[in-house]
This record gives sequence, C-alpha cells and structure tokens, in this order.
Amino acid sequence: MEMYNKGTIIPGLIIFVLLITFPLWFNAFSTASTVPKVELPPGGQKECVAPAVEMRANHMVLLNTWRDEVLRDGNRVAVKVGGKEYRKGLQTACMACHTNKEKFCDSCHVYTSVTPFCWDCHLTPSVAAAKKETN
Amino acid sequence: MDKQRRKFLKIAGVTALAGLSAPVVVNLTTAQALASTSKEQTAAGGPAAAHGGEAAAKGGIRLGMLIDMRKLYGRPELLEKVMAVCNKVHNIPKIEGKKSEIKWIWKTPYANAFIDQSTYHTSKIAKENDFLVLCNHCDQPPCVRVCPTKATFIDKKTGIVAMDYHRCIGCRFCMMGCPYGARSFNWMDPQPFIKQLNPDFPARMRGVVEKCNFCGERLALGKEPACVEAVKEIGAIVFGDLNDPQSEIRRILDKEHTIQRSAALGTKPSVFYIV
Repeated sequence: MEMYNKGTIIPGLIIFVLLITFPLWFNAFSTASTVPKVELPPGGQKECVAPAVEMRANHMVLLNTWRDEVLRDGNRVAVKVGGKEYRKGLQTACMACHTNKEKFCDSCHVYTSVTPFCWDCHLTPSVAAAKKETN
Repeated sequence: MDKQRRKFLKIAGVTALAGLSAPVVVNLTTAQALASTSKEQTAAGGPAAAHGGEAAAKGGIRLGMLIDMRKLYGRPELLEKVMAVCNKVHNIPKIEGKKSEIKWIWKTPYANAFIDQSTYHTSKIAKENDFLVLCNHCDQPPCVRVCPTKATFIDKKTGIVAMDYHRCIGCRFCMMGCPYGARSFNWMDPQPFIKQLNPDFPARMRGVVEKCNFCGERLALGKEPACVEAVKEIGAIVFGDLNDPQSEIRRILDKEHTIQRSAALGTKPSVFYIV
C-alpha cells in the first residue's frame, strides 16, 4: 500500500507527539522542580506531637483544632506526647522546635504555592528575637 | 343525595375557616397574656435592673476585677507601669492618635471613665487623678450581640468576653456596640509599632479589632493577669470569681462600696471600682 504525502505526515506526527509529551520529558530532564528538603529542628529534637507522615499531611488540621480548642473552648491543657508537654499553639509548640520558618515552613509552602496567613499575626522566633533587646 | 352533598360542603367550609383562623386567635390571646406578665415583671425588676442589679447569678465561674483606686491616687507611675506591662505581654503596638491607637488597659479622667456620675462639685481627687479602664467583660456584652461572625463571644468556662482574631472580619460593629470604648481597630499592620515582642503571644494583623482578654493565656498557666501582678505589692487590683462567695474579690465586694462604669446601661460589667 502506498501512503500519500509520507514525507510531511511522518515528521508531522513525530513533532506532534513530542509537543504533546512536552511536560513529561521536560520535567524528566529539568532541575527546576525538586521536592523540597525541610530542615529538621536545629535543636535536635526527634519527637513531634505526631509521626512525620501524619504531620506532613495534616498539620493544618491539627493547628485549626488547637486554635478552636484554645480560643473557643478555653481548653489550654498542654498536649503530652512521649513524656514531653506541648502548649497548644503555633508559637508555643511548633516553632519552639522548628525555629526556622524560612527553612521549614516556607520550603514546602512555596513549593506547593500555598500562602497560609499564620504569620500575619503569629511571630517566628527570629522576628521575636529581633525585637527583644530594643526597648 | 343532593341535599347531603350541600350539607357536606357547608361543614367542610366552616371547618376550613376555623382551621385557618385558629392559629391567629391563639397567637393573639397568648401575646396578650405575655404582654401583661412582662409588664408586671418590669414593674417589679425594673428599678433594680436600671441600677445594674444582677437578676440571678449564673452558675459556673464568672471572672471579675476590682480596681481599688484609693491605692493608686497620686501615683501615676503605677498606672503607667500597669499599662506598660500589659502592652509588653500582649504585643500591643504604640500608635499615636485617637483614631489609630490600640488600647487594652489605659488611663482616663474621671468624667470619661464614669460618664453617668455627676462631675458637679466633684472631689479634688477625682479631678486630679486618672482612672484605669479596660474591657469590662460584661455579662450582657453588646459587642457579642452585634458581632456577625461570633469572633467575639463569652467564654462559658470563665465568663471572659474573648476574641478569636482568626474570625474577625474587621466590620467594627463591636466598637459601635461597646459603650466603654474598650475596643481598638488595627488600621495598619501593627507589628512595626510594637517595641518589644513577647514570643509567647501572637500579634495582630491589619483589619482586626482587639481588646483586653483578661490574660486568658496567663490564667491557663496558673498566673494572675499581668496588670494584677504589676501592682501586687499594694494590692490595688483584685481578680477572681464573682460567683464564688469565698473568693477574695467577693469578700471585698461584700464589704466595700463599689461602682461600675455606666451600670445603668444594663451591660452588667465585671470590673468594679472603689473610688
């Protein structure tokens, strides 16, 4: 069987397939997007209020639960995990260990393009420390 | 047959009419009954309510404060100390100007603190001294009634009129509602105006209303409110449960003559003054 316009159709098809699969092979060879590596607590703490996998997936739910318990239900009782007490709160619990917002929180938030408004009000240790001596 | 059908229609019509009009009749009669009883109630409890009398004490804890101004007269440095401590503990910005300033506890002349009291031939003490004022943590808070998002609410466990800044949309209805001016609006990002940051407490953001929280976060740690602690050595401010007859604040309230700010408004303030 003879194919008409073989010279144009075959290269055309190749170009079409290359274009349609562009995202796949571009990602495979590019280094623009790598899964972020978060900084573990500089203080060397190994334990958290929940396993890392669970925290990675549900930390925002936990923070909202804590927020509602503390503010709305007046339940400020500290959470005890593995012999250590954590005072419910972003500043009092989370950022006591994860002291570096830029290297911990931001690394994933920037990667996934989410902009939580926690730090509109809540203070990171570095922000708080910057205004500690001055008075 | 024909006659029976006519009779049936008549009965059905009357029944339908009675059924439709019954709720109206019931409503009218009960409303009248209610009106007469409420009239009697106001006649009996009216004057008491007008003078800030509490109807029946609610169960549970109701935190209150007693400011003994007698111990603070002529000592403006103590008022400043109280305000400074509060500002520091709660990351309150220092912004100049009546419109933009943020106040949790502040000082004000007698005439402003007690607008319903006569200032005609008032004492020298009242003329020359400023008075400490703060959120009254009312039992009937107008701010809570008007808040459209329930960002401000009564904490049932303590009676504190609390704020949830996450919910505040900055409509400022509560500022209209509060007769004590105890609420401040963040017209701008407050953080550049905070001199010293307390890492244990958050700041606020532009567009939310803020006020005194009776140091809820300190109470949870077993501490007293910061202002109480600041003047602890002279015991000028007493803090405790108004519903507990054995509490220190109740013992003083039972003994001393105290006044509340604008008690006639019926907001039932939890902050008392000895002037």
